[in-house]
Amino acid sequence: MVERLKSLWTYRDLVKHLVIKDLKLKYRRSFLGYVWSVLNPLLVMIIMAIIFSSIFKRNIENYPVYLFTGQIMFNYMNVSSRQALESITGNAALLKKVYVPKYIFTFSKITSGLVDLVFSLGALVLVMIGTGARFSWYNLLIFFPIIQLYVFCVGLGMLLSALNVFFRDIQYIWNAITTAWLYATPIFYTLDMMDSRLAWVIKHFNPMYFYIGQFRDLIYSNQMPGAGIMIEGCVTAIISLMIGTAVFWKKQDEFILYI
Amino acid sequence: MDNIAVDIKNVTIRFNRGNQKVDNLKEYVIKMMKHELMFQEFLAVKDVSFTVKKGEAWALIGSNGSGKSTLLKAISGILKPYQGSISVHGSIAPLIELGAGFDGDLTARENIFLNGCLLGYSEKFMQEHFDEIVDFAELQNFLDSPIKNYSSGMKARLGFAVATMVRPEILIVDEVLAVGDAKFRAKCNKRMSEMLESGTTLLFVSHSINEVKTLCDHALWIEKGIEKKKGEVNEVCNAYEEYMGVSCN
Repeated sequence: MVERLKSLWTYRDLVKHLVIKDLKLKYRRSFLGYVWSVLNPLLVMIIMAIIFSSIFKRNIENYPVYLFTGQIMFNYMNVSSRQALESITGNAALLKKVYVPKYIFTFSKITSGLVDLVFSLGALVLVMIGTGARFSWYNLLIFFPIIQLYVFCVGLGMLLSALNVFFRDIQYIWNAITTAWLYATPIFYTLDMMDSRLAWVIKHFNPMYFYIGQFRDLIYSNQMPGAGIMIEGCVTAIISLMIGTAVFWKKQDEFILYI
Repeated sequence: MDNIAVDIKNVTIRFNRGNQKVDNLKEYVIKMMKHELMFQEFLAVKDVSFTVKKGEAWALIGSNGSGKSTLLKAISGILKPYQGSISVHGSIAPLIELGAGFDGDLTARENIFLNGCLLGYSEKFMQEHFDEIVDFAELQNFLDSPIKNYSSGMKARLGFAVATMVRPEILIVDEVLAVGDAKFRAKCNKRMSEMLESGTTLLFVSHSINEVKTLCDHALWIEKGIEKKKGEVNEVCNAYEEYMGVSCN
């Protein structure tokens, strides 16, 4: 374990450069450049806010902020897991030619998603100012659920990228799963709109709820999240990391034979 | 034991020949139900052993598909041997394919840093040697253009410059220099000779027997994954040429 952490430290510059590469290539030769990182989630949010606030007659207080807090967190998981899924198969040509610890590619994809998440937080601040939301000291604690989500996504990404080496149809299955997951997560609706039994299931078995719930407590409700949801969030993140790394390490020597 | 650079003991490398490669879940489940899942094994390298002492230059020769590159990949750590053991003492610079890590959309400047990091060097180290790399590759005027606009020779130059900028203890070269022009090849050979003189261990794959004879002092000849002959370079090369001559006629 110590060896592995050491190797991550040796390759820290590589992670940094891979993240920079992702960001640079994403917006290279676009007029607004990095502004898109803020503008993009903002535009999507505005459209969704208009549609959903006219669908839900019963008003959710400050709907744009409610929606956006859920959307930012879910989007991060969704985009970074998809990128991570292809991180091994996409770098096949390279992995056949140079020895690099393979998890570096998966890890850096999840990390570049995190940088995008930070940009989205900028957009969130704009929305909060625009809608006259109340700021409080609790807002500063958001790094806590974000770190949990990051750890959760690293585990998820490792698992998916390893599976995708052996079964290329995982990506289509994963698309279907994330779509279902999106609707099973209270992003545009609130839990008390649903049947109470279903709400209970989501509350205790949907990992995204743990992170979005904590994030919303801190940003939207300006309060400390309950101990239960914090423990659930941390435990799920660690379990995800353990499963992901275990599968990845067990299978990584065989990757080269299948990519 | 201190003077051993690479020690290869009874190494066998196995591949899945995969006539019907199952790479999706649907087929996997169907095949599993029908009990048709099997691993068609193909041994690319069979029971090869050799020991390279520090400062020696070994050539790997043999006809196409005989497992030379596979063996080099195993030494570089890209492949894990199925049986046997490989122990490497010292830092390795693998030149299996020049510029394997280049990203076409990034500029040469960005690629130098990215590639250096891929080979395991730190950013600080790359900054210190940046000018040296650019000088050797002779690409001063093209530093800020995306590398997809480069010719293959230019890419190879840059790749070679990045990989050999450090003085690695073990240099692994796999037919990579075939793309450069004569002047550049001469330059590469010169740099490799310099490195050899300063004590670098070389593992070299080439089909040019003349190049092998000038650069190397030992050779290993493998044919279809099986070790045919190893030892002093001229002896092995002559036996190989004789064999090739016979098999051609």
